[in-house]
Amino acid sequence: MPRRDDLHKILLIGSGPIVIGQACEFDYSGTQACKALREERYEVVLVNSNPATIMTDPLQADRTYIEPLTWQTVASVIEREGPDALLPTLGGQTALNLAMDLDREGVLDDLGVEMVGARPDVIAKAEDRHLFKAAMERIGLEVCRGETVTSLVEARRVVEDIGLPCVVRPSFTLGGSGSAIAYNGEEFEQLVTRGLEASPINQVLLEESIIGWKEYEMEVMRDMDDNVVIICAIENFDPMGVHTGDSITVAPAQTLTDKEYQRMRDASLAVIREIGVETGGSNIQFAINPRTGRMIVIEMNPRVSRSSALASKATGFPIAKIAAKLAVGYRLHELPNDITRETMACFEPTIDYVVTKIPRFAFEKFPEADSTLTTQMKSVGETMAIGRTFKESLQKALRGLEVGSFGLGCDAKDRWGTPQQPDMEEIRAKIATPGSERIWFLRYALKAGMSVQDVYEVTGIDPWFLDNLAEIIELEDKLRALGGLEHADAELLRTAKRFGFSDRQLATLWNTTESDVRAERKRLGIVATFKSVDTCAAEFEAYTPYYYSTYEEEDETPAREPGQRRIMILGGGPNRIGQGIEFDYCCCHASFALAELGVQSIMVNSNPETVSTDYDTSDLLFFEPLTHEDVLNICDRLDPDGVIVQFGGQTPLNLARGLANSGVPIIGTSVDTIEDAEDRERFKSLLERLGLEQPANGIARTLAEARTEVAKIGYPVLVRPSFVLGGRAMEICYDLAQFERYVAEAFVVAQGQPVLIDRFLEDAVEVDVDAVCDGERTMVMGIMEHIEEAGVHSGDSACAIPPHSLPAEVIDNIRRATHALAESLRVRGLMNIQFAVKKEDGEQRVYVIEVNPRASRTVPFVAKATGVPVAKVAAKVMAGVTLAEQGIHEEPVPAHVSVKESVFPFAKFHGVDIVLGPEMKSTGEVMGIADTFAVAFAKSQLAASVVLPESGNIFLSVAQRGKAQIVPLARRLADMGYDLLATPGTAEVIQASGIEVEVVKKVQQGHPNILDYLIDGRVQLIINTPSGKGARTDEGRIRAAAVQWGAPCITTLAAAEAAVAAMEALREGALEVQAVQDRFATAR
Amino acid sequence: MTSPAKLALEDGTVYSGISFGATGEIDGEVCFNTSMTGYQEILTDPSYRGQIVTMTYPEIGNYGVNSEDVESSKPHLAGFIVRENSRRRSNFRSDGAIHDYLVQWGIVGLAGIDTRALVRRLRIHGALRGVISSTDLDDESLVAKARSSPGLVGRDLVREVIPDNPREWNEQISEWTKFGPGQNPRTELDPDAPHVVALDFGMKWNIARHLYDIGCRVTVLPGTAGAEDILAHRPDGVFLSNGPGDPEPIAYAIDAIRGILGRQPVFGICLGHQLLSLACGAQTYKLKFGHRGANQPVMNNESGRVEITSQNHGFAVDESSLPTTLEVTHYNLNDNTIEGVRHKELQAFSVQYHPEASAGPHDSHYLFGCFREAIDEHRSAGVS
Repeated sequence: MPRRDDLHKILLIGSGPIVIGQACEFDYSGTQACKALREERYEVVLVNSNPATIMTDPLQADRTYIEPLTWQTVASVIEREGPDALLPTLGGQTALNLAMDLDREGVLDDLGVEMVGARPDVIAKAEDRHLFKAAMERIGLEVCRGETVTSLVEARRVVEDIGLPCVVRPSFTLGGSGSAIAYNGEEFEQLVTRGLEASPINQVLLEESIIGWKEYEMEVMRDMDDNVVIICAIENFDPMGVHTGDSITVAPAQTLTDKEYQRMRDASLAVIREIGVETGGSNIQFAINPRTGRMIVIEMNPRVSRSSALASKATGFPIAKIAAKLAVGYRLHELPNDITRETMACFEPTIDYVVTKIPRFAFEKFPEADSTLTTQMKSVGETMAIGRTFKESLQKALRGLEVGSFGLGCDAKDRWGTPQQPDMEEIRAKIATPGSERIWFLRYALKAGMSVQDVYEVTGIDPWFLDNLAEIIELEDKLRALGGLEHADAELLRTAKRFGFSDRQLATLWNTTESDVRAERKRLGIVATFKSVDTCAAEFEAYTPYYYSTYEEEDETPAREPGQRRIMILGGGPNRIGQGIEFDYCCCHASFALAELGVQSIMVNSNPETVSTDYDTSDLLFFEPLTHEDVLNICDRLDPDGVIVQFGGQTPLNLARGLANSGVPIIGTSVDTIEDAEDRERFKSLLERLGLEQPANGIARTLAEARTEVAKIGYPVLVRPSFVLGGRAMEICYDLAQFERYVAEAFVVAQGQPVLIDRFLEDAVEVDVDAVCDGERTMVMGIMEHIEEAGVHSGDSACAIPPHSLPAEVIDNIRRATHALAESLRVRGLMNIQFAVKKEDGEQRVYVIEVNPRASRTVPFVAKATGVPVAKVAAKVMAGVTLAEQGIHEEPVPAHVSVKESVFPFAKFHGVDIVLGPEMKSTGEVMGIADTFAVAFAKSQLAASVVLPESGNIFLSVAQRGKAQIVPLARRLADMGYDLLATPGTAEVIQASGIEVEVVKKVQQGHPNILDYLIDGRVQLIINTPSGKGARTDEGRIRAAAVQWGAPCITTLAAAEAAVAAMEALREGALEVQAVQDRFATAR
Repeated sequence: MTSPAKLALEDGTVYSGISFGATGEIDGEVCFNTSMTGYQEILTDPSYRGQIVTMTYPEIGNYGVNSEDVESSKPHLAGFIVRENSRRRSNFRSDGAIHDYLVQWGIVGLAGIDTRALVRRLRIHGALRGVISSTDLDDESLVAKARSSPGLVGRDLVREVIPDNPREWNEQISEWTKFGPGQNPRTELDPDAPHVVALDFGMKWNIARHLYDIGCRVTVLPGTAGAEDILAHRPDGVFLSNGPGDPEPIAYAIDAIRGILGRQPVFGICLGHQLLSLACGAQTYKLKFGHRGANQPVMNNESGRVEITSQNHGFAVDESSLPTTLEVTHYNLNDNTIEGVRHKELQAFSVQYHPEASAGPHDSHYLFGCFREAIDEHRSAGVS
């Protein structure tokens, strides 16, 4: 039974902003689903609040709603569009939850929408702990044994059954605090007693401990006819206890015999059938006791997931695409396998390589956060590498992580053999407690003489994995012992490369340069070969050119067809704060542009979550780490006519100089220009020549220089390292003490590059401009006015298109400055400029803060706000097609207002202060579109899950500088009927203006204070601006508590102003939704 | 530790790697298996007699070997090729390393070569004869030896792997086939249990385990047994096992099958399927490079459902030669070759793939149930 003809219009829900635990993988799955359903001639209606996604491009779906993901909004979309079906399984947990809400609210029944893929009862069964447990017991599978108890007597009875060690979890404590493992009877009694006290409802959950067990994931697909296949088995390097998203994971499973693997396969089939997922993909997690083989089902996700994206990239099997087709009636054997063409999708991929995924963390951004890895996910991105052996794929993945390591040690970050070499105590501590650095400490442990068995006993990491590390280390020792490159013979060099050693590591071992190692091994004929990812271990011919490098005999890359132009796009690598989906969006558009121009596109990236690493996106895909060596290896084979470095964020830009020096043709804006814009001195003189202003600034290579500069510039100053993205270690300093504290950190992060010091413009309005220049003409694509004042990182600030408060002459000045800069820098492609507008002596002065001749984070937002595919236009410019030739003659002028708001991971890091500053902390963004700024802002807040209250108490506490400005806001709030609370200082100012306000104690003033109000749920909104200098701790506690207790917290007056306007607008009437396609009659 | 070894093919290609397992020199037909798990089952599968098996999954030996996961008393294949022989084994059931296991049984292996390049060669050119040697490293001499290797066609390899004597089978399927230990309690055979004679042409033991598991008394006879020998055991059902090589030269088995067809239900697997088809008048042919792996999709024509199957065969039944008495019950979804037939009049059916799995998925275990049903039906018909 092929496609269902009774369905015509299908609603897809996206996953919203990028947050920890839900990232690009759902853009990948959603985009695939759009494509798959439209291929079958269904009309696709899409709702997603995230403008940085490919799926929300107007060409991806028939009807695209960039609207907040609440059930009410989606209900409005359903009312307008009248879809026949809702496919909820491709937009992560967000889509699944929304679908459940819509079902519960009766929307689906009332409007006759069928849920396809998974029905509500199925979702409930998979997600409800008790229902799931009962279901597993019915099919004879074990789940983790556990019970809740309310007394010590009961607890003693339960522990007799589940045994020790036992996990004791007090119920309903903040962030699960108080959870611990009892290893003996005495500990058990203590923990239970304490837990019962700590729990507000005097209840603890006792669970058998499976920490240290082997952890596996199975990716399963099922069709209407109950055909079930396993796409991939994944084995976690980190055993149970670390969230799978934070674990190093390996595919396929490595240490199971066929008997044990098939048992897990049988269990997976039984689970998907019992839970009743009708069609599509599911992910099932298992734990296996390494000593007895006892198997436990941990959980099941009845939808595609991060792991299914990984499994798709690891095997070449497009899970989301197939899931979408199965949902509309196809059966697995009716769908072709795109890669082999002649075989069908009903099979189980077999792979002839090893895949390693390593998570990337951002703890450096949240120094107060607990960096221990637990069952709550904390990583912000991941990299995947493919090699013929685990050793090779692990070392490739480690360098793909882009944290300054080029494999397992032997690089600049390696502490071994340096004065910083860790001692046994530190090593033991770092391997016993899982953390982001454990992999390198495992090496130290082995180098320090611990045996594989010792390390296994401390970590629970399977000895097979550990012994592979030991093999790498043994070879390292052997290589090091040679004493120099000149002593290395071909056989040993080849072995090193086959173990995944990078040229950089070898250069470090032999005290020589990477280029010398490269030259020598090439002389010896040791060059990378590229193999296909083909789903079938070469049993069938593969038509999809998806490759990875390894050191083997045969190379499978295709020869260039005569006359064929090839252009390579370098991607952004693993997601991190400051570099994420926005850049992947740009890379994909570069690929689309090349396709339209008939140029062969070559994508290089190592991020398995993304659309760019979908084998469908580019003509050739290389799943490779983004390092100089790995990119050069591909260039050696493919000899591209051009390489695009300006779309993938800082990662490819950092490679640009080296690649250019190696003769790689970088297209678009030249590397010299990129460096000119980054070079403070050259940039300063350029601005002077153009008559443009910039804040007083200086550059320092040493601490002494920094002190001299700051004395010249005067406080407040902005201190930051050069050549880093995302405002890493960037701080505003108001006095010498602060300056001394931060400048040292900036020098550490700068890693030898200078530190920049700028005069900080207080209370200035920041403006971002994205423009495209083709060498002759410059087109301003978007002018964004930030809502938060200058000083908040542009990636964290909300912003609006068009500017909502700037006068026309200021905008004209900005436009003129943009043209002048683009032309004098000879930009070819994208350019982003940050301006600050400050009122000085009654005059609005425009300062140039920085110029980046590359794609910026705001490019997708601008594209969505204006309807112009900015990145694609820029890519075509880089390939030699002028703006005029593309028919672009005028600046886009949108008829509506678009607001971008940022989304933060604070809820995942308990106790961190959420105040915004020059260091970027947001993980994602949402967009609100409406006819007025106030409504667009209201939508953006709703989309960011900031619930602006309709009534209740609003707490105000502002720094001295903002006291005057708070009064009019307080009046408007009071007029709308809110009750105001304020700290004594703020209350005094408000009361003086005759507005009623309740005085609430500051935290240090005793009880009841604001924290007590928060905990009791008596605060619906907090407006709390930091004092600017020092004294952040007390305020910080209020803001951190706001996150914990779910009260929205606004930390700048500018945002408060916008929020008050939004609250006023929300009283005017319900929010209306509109498809992007309707807003842009000419949307392309 | 790392002494050199080479593989030479009849087409002149030579791969240089390192010796693994036993040292020495062997020849055979080079094939590849795409299963990512189950190397021990593959090593001990007698159907690989005369063949050099290349594992497409590069990391082999990770979980070692154990005394339970065997499909016969010893490895039967000619040689074994892997990309990477794992130095360390890790599994709670492991009691030995694969290298030692190969040494113990004198199996010559080769590691460290570009196995994917070899597999692509076999896919493009078809199965090739080859020689693995750690003693002769002269390319020319090795290629000459590869060219004089006898190959599989027309050879009776069955006689090399069949048991010497009949035996009563009383081993159950592994407890690891169920969800966990203790979930497969040993049951005593019913005194009235049906009696199955399994003709062993190089039978994988998991087949016998399954026959036992469906509640049958199982007598294993050497595949050379004639019809009279078989019938003398008064079987309620006869099973035809898998086995190595070309089915056509196994005339004695084809004769025996003709002699027992129609007297009681017959069920064949792999070589048994080919022999049943030949006995019914069909013909077989050699596939270009065979089906060897654990992910082959098979369509069950009756249920309309797909089974993911374990396969190991280089020959297949020719559909155009199929007599009218046979109907096709299963097809391979990858290349549409015949995967199962049934006799339209007599109680006889067979499949080309391996429902006993091991290594491989358990999707087709139901076929043993079908056999049991046919036996029960036959028995009750006989009683009434």
